[in-house]
Amino acid sequence: MVISEKRKKLLTWLGAVLLLVLSWLLPASGLLNPYVVQILMYLGINMILTLSLNLVNGYMGEFSVGHAGFMGIGAYAASIITVWFLPRAWAFWTFPAVLVAGGLAAAVAGLVVAFPSFRTRGDYLAIVTLAFNMIVKSVLENLEVVGGPRGFLGMPRLTNLFWVAAWVLITVMVLRRLVYSNFGRGITAIREDEVAANLTGVDTRRVKLYAFLVSAFFAGVAGGLFAHLLQFINPRSFSILKSTDMLVMVYLGGVGSLTGSLLGATIFTLLMEVLRPLGLWRWVVGPLLLVLLMIFRPQGIMGFKEWKWFKERAVSSEQ
Amino acid sequence: MSNIPLLAVTDLWIAYERINAVRGVSFAVGEGEIVTLIGANGAGKTTILRAISGLLPAARGSITFAGEDLLRLPAHLRTQGGIAHVPEGRGIFGNLTVLENLRLAAYARTDAGIAHDLEEVLELFPRLAERRQQWGNTLSGGEQQMLAVGRALMSRGRLLLLDEPSMGLAPMLVREIFRVIQRLNRQGATILLVEQNAHLALEVAHRAYILETGEISLFGPSCELKHHPRVREAYLGG
Repeated sequence: MVISEKRKKLLTWLGAVLLLVLSWLLPASGLLNPYVVQILMYLGINMILTLSLNLVNGYMGEFSVGHAGFMGIGAYAASIITVWFLPRAWAFWTFPAVLVAGGLAAAVAGLVVAFPSFRTRGDYLAIVTLAFNMIVKSVLENLEVVGGPRGFLGMPRLTNLFWVAAWVLITVMVLRRLVYSNFGRGITAIREDEVAANLTGVDTRRVKLYAFLVSAFFAGVAGGLFAHLLQFINPRSFSILKSTDMLVMVYLGGVGSLTGSLLGATIFTLLMEVLRPLGLWRWVVGPLLLVLLMIFRPQGIMGFKEWKWFKERAVSSEQ
Repeated sequence: MSNIPLLAVTDLWIAYERINAVRGVSFAVGEGEIVTLIGANGAGKTTILRAISGLLPAARGSITFAGEDLLRLPAHLRTQGGIAHVPEGRGIFGNLTVLENLRLAAYARTDAGIAHDLEEVLELFPRLAERRQQWGNTLSGGEQQMLAVGRALMSRGRLLLLDEPSMGLAPMLVREIFRVIQRLNRQGATILLVEQNAHLALEVAHRAYILETGEISLFGPSCELKHHPRVREAYLGG
């Protein structure tokens, strides 16, 4: 079936609105039990994390293994603003702004990784991101004002399914626009061949900088959502283990693919829920999955492929 | 040919670590010319091209493009300024389609002529038009070379730097690529061609420079060099 561009756009917007309405109505009506709603919220947060990490690891071809660091910074920044600076009565209304602030804080931290990426890439940059993640965690553990290793609490439960759904939609839309723009082509050019990208006039430094900033921003937003869902955060929530989960979701779903990110987050989140009875052994599943993936399908389920709906308008040379 | 050359390289020295790969090379390329640098492996041909496009720093000397000092500019600005480098090994973006590859080449352009140029490249290379939705890494060597040249065209460079376009290609494809190079030149493109296949290079180029271990040992119009005894012996097989 061929759908015209206009119809497709209309349907997309209708779908988005429907999703938002449902995300508001379903929990409110009590039709979904709270456990399912909770899982859906974690799923949405994981989607945002996976999408944002995929921009750097999948589209740009760098190997960042410290994404949880950005999430942690976003989570702490948003929580601190909510608890220390805002009156309780406002909290509900200022929540979106607080999330954005958390995202911005994470984006600033993104500079820490972006600048080394000008000079180094591949394995070496991976080590830089790993170190970044560890630094964030130990700084948080040693900052008594935010609770140190005991963690930080006092946030009201502001995250609901509606906000999660809204941010998933925003992330998908922003990233879709980005990766199919001229700038996005610059990002993929860096992945394919940095020298050739430079030779085609791509300002590789600027492109890398922006890609890291955008990626870190959304990870920070996801951190804010996470913090106001759990109402308690501690440094251990943002350790390498968390970063590993995100890597599994990206490489399971598929590198360089929005569809893949959503798929990877969904499969992984549900799998971890189903495997809950396994207790501690559950944590073996993620890394094991990563090993198997790298051997049998390194590009992931949807690697470099995209669901029709997400694709750029049909390109023809006639346009 | 105008009096001010489009590209002027003067006393260029390039070093890797402490080893001088290029030692005091000077040459010029006039607007509308095809100039070729011929030399054996390791003579410094590719190194010179990389210095012109900004991938390598020059230790000493100057490179000017249309009278402007190039050495001050980073690589991406040189591209935007009109230097299109088709690197050795072609630099195809493997996981992007032919069309995406071509559109990426126009990355730095903001003018309205991109769609028109795309049309023209696909017309010039019908094989690329057939394979427009195929990934770059599924193309044959010849098709990749066509794509590489097509990309250089999409960037609307005033000066094309071609690094060994014949490398690894079947003789028939080599002929085709060289025909395209000549055709582009007739349409007004200035070309600096680096080649090991001296025979073909001297066939299409107006002028040639022979490079030996980082220095220019001979230069002149191609038709003269073709008959020069030293060139015949060293590069054309007697």
